[in-house]
Amino acid sequence: MNLNQLSHRSYIIDHVTIVDPKKNAAYAGYIVVMDGKIDAVEKGRAKESSLPVYNGGGLHLAPGFVDIHVHLREPGFEYKETVATGAAAAIAGGFTSVACMPNTSPAIDDRAVVEFILNQAKLAGLARVYPIAAATRGRKGEILSEYHELVEAGAVAVTDDGAPVPTAEMVRRVLEYAAPLGIPFIEHCEDMSASGEGVMHEGFYSTKLGLKGIPAFSEEACLARDLVVLKSVKGARFHAAHMSTRGSIELIRRAKEDGLPVTAETAPHYLCLEDKDLETYNTNLKINPPLRGHEDRLAMIEALKDGTMDCIASDHAPHAAHEKQVEFNAAPNGSVGLETMFPLVVTHLVRAGHMSLPQALALITHRPAECLGLPGGTLARGADADLVLFDPEEEWTVRAEDLHSRSKNSAFIGHRVFGSVKHTLVGGVNVTATRIGV
Amino acid sequence: MNHRKHLLGLEGMSAEEITRFLDTAESFKEVSERSVKKVPALRGTTVANLFFESSTRTRISFELAEKRLSADSVNFTTSGSSVSKGESLRDTAQNIEAMRVQMIVIRHSAAGAPHFLASLLNGSVINAGDGAHEHPTQGLLDMFTLRERWGSFAGKRVVIVGDLAHSRVARSNIHGLVTMGAEVVVCGPPTLIPLDIERLGVSVEVDLKQALEGADAVNVLRIQMERQQRGLFPSIDEYARRWGINRQALKNAHKECIIMHPGPMNRGIEIAQDVADGENSVILDQVTNGVAVRMAVLYLLSGGSALENEETTPQQTETRVREGKQVA
Repeated sequence: MNLNQLSHRSYIIDHVTIVDPKKNAAYAGYIVVMDGKIDAVEKGRAKESSLPVYNGGGLHLAPGFVDIHVHLREPGFEYKETVATGAAAAIAGGFTSVACMPNTSPAIDDRAVVEFILNQAKLAGLARVYPIAAATRGRKGEILSEYHELVEAGAVAVTDDGAPVPTAEMVRRVLEYAAPLGIPFIEHCEDMSASGEGVMHEGFYSTKLGLKGIPAFSEEACLARDLVVLKSVKGARFHAAHMSTRGSIELIRRAKEDGLPVTAETAPHYLCLEDKDLETYNTNLKINPPLRGHEDRLAMIEALKDGTMDCIASDHAPHAAHEKQVEFNAAPNGSVGLETMFPLVVTHLVRAGHMSLPQALALITHRPAECLGLPGGTLARGADADLVLFDPEEEWTVRAEDLHSRSKNSAFIGHRVFGSVKHTLVGGVNVTATRIGV
Repeated sequence: MNHRKHLLGLEGMSAEEITRFLDTAESFKEVSERSVKKVPALRGTTVANLFFESSTRTRISFELAEKRLSADSVNFTTSGSSVSKGESLRDTAQNIEAMRVQMIVIRHSAAGAPHFLASLLNGSVINAGDGAHEHPTQGLLDMFTLRERWGSFAGKRVVIVGDLAHSRVARSNIHGLVTMGAEVVVCGPPTLIPLDIERLGVSVEVDLKQALEGADAVNVLRIQMERQQRGLFPSIDEYARRWGINRQALKNAHKECIIMHPGPMNRGIEIAQDVADGENSVILDQVTNGVAVRMAVLYLLSGGSALENEETTPQQTETRVREGKQVA
């Protein structure tokens, strides 16, 4: 039977290459799904069974991808993205779980907003959506949000992403208050005094282009401050968002050596784009933190290989065309990323020879899930059958008109990439077809 | 030679092309010296001057250049960002082009604004200064003025003094002068020297006396009071004492060291009165030459299409320009 017609809750998908990132293995095999949950993942071909058997046609099958840093823009900025359109982009990109950032309007600082987002996600019926709550009310850095209420409603972490928690004192209070709830504090590491009016990485290219620079130490100074505060708060968990510089890698490495409860993510654009790519003043490449220098990019790939960086998250940041089609200084920061992250990982980490496919997929499956303590990203027996089937060899060109996100501000328009998602299954249901028409 | 459509910057422009602009400007300078300062070279061509940032001399210089070439020109001036005005730069530019304007001169506070227009419009875009990025016609007129005195740039030491971080004039000068074979030294407070500027082919010298040692020309940048208010240097007084160009500072420079300033000047701060008005000052020549250089730029950017049906050598073109004949 054809996977497009997958309609059962219990079935076998046969004739696939199983990619199990957690076991660092890839082999020809099949998967048994019982009532929407993984029952068995086996080598070889499926035996005679009373269950319906779907032919995977030689595609690769892996745990559905997990993205712990996306901006779904709802409520407040529905013209950029909604939970439904963002979830459709997620499914198109092979993501079965996404965690969304609280810089909405209103911010996710109230349980009603958490419940609203979860309800919108349920109505869309696509990817699983995990709201991340604002660390402080209105993301103003002044008063703590109601973490107990927010977590009870379904929030999985706290952050003021888009901006840092402004003071060491407030970082301490956030960590203290979050600790007993077992949720991590995610920091957007940026010293706003150092960033100033900067719009790109400070270095030779900012000098040449006449654009105001954001020094690497803007990120590093904030990260260093937080790590020092973290040492004094027992039981707290800290996750560093969108790391971009060599100096940050060193700080994370030392913190881990010191045994601090630290995890860190980087984003695909820091692995395949650099400050020199801004020479055309392409506003889709205006991102915060900014695209860094050549050495930073190479160091970031190494940090993923040696485990200093725990995972990759897209920092999917939709903006409307009219907002991006302006002078570079005036454009908002961010690039959409859900639909390009997987092929970029295949192209720039696997095909470039830095790591194997299972190792690379670990960075976008169980590793990010573990950072936030989410289910998913696994082929373990009993887990929800959140799965992705893909062809790692298929080459394609990123085109704005093919993106499912409501916004098309991709930094990767025109890039040739390898790896194409064919089916995304959530709880055993093939939602790939459903997403069309969102 | 391929016909250039836009002039966005001097970065990456060949010595041959720079020379072509300068040579053409020489012919046009002669036009400006006549009693009837007009040639019909751009008759029928419409030029829009979009000044999103206040400017007096550059705007007037472009306007005069356009008039002396017999182009029809319109001016659009606004201060502040176009976004705050409610209409985007994109819409403004597309509206103006919809009126069949062939060339657009743009001054904007945002670096890259001319590149943005060039990517949207069919017409030619001329950068009249974009943020701290480039000011190519200023770079060309500075080089034109130096070449008038020197003949060639080889072995000449040019010192650019002041706020390098925020200066588009500095960047265009650096690109052009380095390409033409001059030695370029930049000098100013460390807080106003942008990162890795050496990679543009210049040397950095914080000490003014060292920088001016053996200098053949010094290009004095305007210091903006706003930078001091932002804490980038401690006081106007200290700036004037350490980096102001006066007779004392010029002691170790070449005797005939040329003094340049893109204007407007803060007399007594970045440049002393007697130096600004001294015999080696070419500051007013720069202004005169600015018109000729901008005529050359407008002419060459439009000229490719105007000349496409004719076998015309640059020499013939120059002759025609001299004779004031129509070249269309």
